[in-house]
Amino acid sequence: MQQLIQFLQGIGIGNQVLAAGLAILSYSLMVFTFIAVFALIAIYLERKVSGHIQDRLGPMRHGWHGLLQTVADTIKLLGKEDIIPANADRRLFIMAPVILFAATFLVFVALPFGPGAIAADLNIGLFFIIAVTSLVVVGIIMAGYASNNKWSLYGGMRSAAQIVSYEIPVGLSLLIGVMMAGTLNISSLVNAQSTGLFGQGGILGWNFIQNPFAFIAFFVYLVAGTAEANRTPFDLPESESELVAGAFTEYSGMRWAFFFLAEYANMWIVGVLASVVFLGGWHSPIPGDTLIPGSLWLALKALAIVFVQMWARWTFPRLRVDQLMVTSWKYLTPIAFVNIFGVGLWLVLFG
Amino acid sequence: MPDLRTEEMTINMGPQHPSTHGVLRMKLRTDGEVVNSIEPVLGYLHRCFEKHAENLEYPQIIPYVERCDYLASMNDDLGYALAVEKLLGIEIPERVEYLRVIFAELNRIASHLVAFGTFGLDVGVQTPFIYAFREREMILDLFEMTCGARLLYNYIWIGGLSHDIPEGFVEKCYDFLDYFEPRIKEYNDLLTTNKIFVERTADVGVIPQDVAISYGLTGPQLRASGVDWDLRRDEPYSIYDRFDWKVITGTDSFGSLGDTWDRYYVKILEMEESAKIVRQALDQLPVEGDVQEAVPRKIRPPEGALYFRSENPRGELGFYIVSEGHPKPMRVKMRSPALCNLSVIDEITSGWMIADVVAVLGSLDIVLGEIDR
Repeated sequence: MQQLIQFLQGIGIGNQVLAAGLAILSYSLMVFTFIAVFALIAIYLERKVSGHIQDRLGPMRHGWHGLLQTVADTIKLLGKEDIIPANADRRLFIMAPVILFAATFLVFVALPFGPGAIAADLNIGLFFIIAVTSLVVVGIIMAGYASNNKWSLYGGMRSAAQIVSYEIPVGLSLLIGVMMAGTLNISSLVNAQSTGLFGQGGILGWNFIQNPFAFIAFFVYLVAGTAEANRTPFDLPESESELVAGAFTEYSGMRWAFFFLAEYANMWIVGVLASVVFLGGWHSPIPGDTLIPGSLWLALKALAIVFVQMWARWTFPRLRVDQLMVTSWKYLTPIAFVNIFGVGLWLVLFG
Repeated sequence: MPDLRTEEMTINMGPQHPSTHGVLRMKLRTDGEVVNSIEPVLGYLHRCFEKHAENLEYPQIIPYVERCDYLASMNDDLGYALAVEKLLGIEIPERVEYLRVIFAELNRIASHLVAFGTFGLDVGVQTPFIYAFREREMILDLFEMTCGARLLYNYIWIGGLSHDIPEGFVEKCYDFLDYFEPRIKEYNDLLTTNKIFVERTADVGVIPQDVAISYGLTGPQLRASGVDWDLRRDEPYSIYDRFDWKVITGTDSFGSLGDTWDRYYVKILEMEESAKIVRQALDQLPVEGDVQEAVPRKIRPPEGALYFRSENPRGELGFYIVSEGHPKPMRVKMRSPALCNLSVIDEITSGWMIADVVAVLGSLDIVLGEIDR
């Protein structure tokens, strides 16, 4: 961001405030474009992954191997009638998708795209991300309440319980990385993973392999992160076989697309966070490798995590709402606590 | 907080709902996620089958019969045809009997595949549905090859069949069985023993034996509760007594006897047994014979009434036919298994959660066409 401001000042925009404003605007546009493009790719990917898992081809007609399918869908969504139910709470109904999307969008302020490619390398970057992610729940509850539909209300209620519960294992397992690196700053977190076991770089430097507790924490994060992104097997807020479409039942057209975009952006966030905290961020798995740029490594790792989430979605049934709570409070949270204790002990004894 | 005012919320599930398997409407009285009572409201798919039947000649009723249980038309046809044949007292050629059994059992597999797939959808997983339909498609191809129709066949006629099987059918049918039998293991690996699936279904919606019997449950739903009762064996009709197969009953391998998991698993195992029957029937199929040899020119049963029951994929399908000696029946009453099976839902799911209602409903394997008729 600083470079961007300096660049803008360099090309003749003298006013500091104006330059900063322009920089923020252009960065937001970039992130928005990124989310939109990523969603395009991810939705295509999801269709293809599900297609091949289910022994079919997936989209094949629009463009080469259905590459333009998502574009066609987007055009369809744009052309749809924007329906607001007569008895809905109009203002909240309109606000809900915006808030949900904004909460997701805000995360990108502190989310890295590669070495140095980060909007604001906050000294409490990870903390900021965890804090802002929880805002998503406001959007979903709002959507559930404002729709004036009982099914939507159920979706909103479930979502509140779910996100509040799963935030704890998410936070606690990310804390493992923080303990090991001794910082909340994203860049330092990643840089701390350049060397590790036996003083070696590459894959041996990554956090998840440093000690058994970090290894477990990685999987705890993966499960809890999937739950926070509302993906199957934890997609209870919208569970279509029970609640029709849950909190999003009454939405159509672009408003609905915002929820959709946020879901895919959330998947990406989970992927990047898992890579940054556990999988060495932009470091290559091969020591001393400089051939492939760091941002590509980060993207590859994040996409791998996204793929795992898709894989799970098309394989597992959905949990019931009480089982969801049990998974979080009886299993993931205690495991995460034990992990923290274990890592602390490990660092004292071997660190 | 003693002053906190809570009240039940009445919520309407259906007639347009993804998991009510048609246009069933259920009034749920809920306390949060917990369902206190369920009241099914029927009639959204009522098509006056029984009234229509009074104004049609016997063979003309067949298309109406199969529209009742559209997932197992062959079985419905078979039940009706056998009932009328019994009323007429006619003998059926061997070859027809074998072909009827082959088609009825193939249709049973197809129907159970739909039940398996949609049950997966009900508990929130899409993939088994596609797998099930992949196999069902092959069965429908076999049907299409024989009689040209894929859903409503009008194939089993009173006294015979509409077409003989085409050339190459037997080989294709063997091919299908060879392909299908190993697939059952795939289903079990994918869904049956999945931890989340077991958590969702084991011990949920348990139907004890006495409840199952007193509510008049039949078919896989009854057998899942451990009642060893199958009309194909205990009251053999057609030529079912010639085959070597066993009646599947529920086990308590996951959860307790008669739970949702058992109702699901009985259907999986029954597909295996049906495949066995089809294989034996194909082996013994007589080569020669005209399938329309015994089709009567004029169907005018003698005066009298008769109740005939047969085993449909959903349970006991009964026809009560009253004849006054005319070409049209005086009355045709259909005992549809799904209606009786559905009646138990309030008894077993009160106190469970909304998600469980969906799961139990899916395991009861209802077809609304048959419930409303």
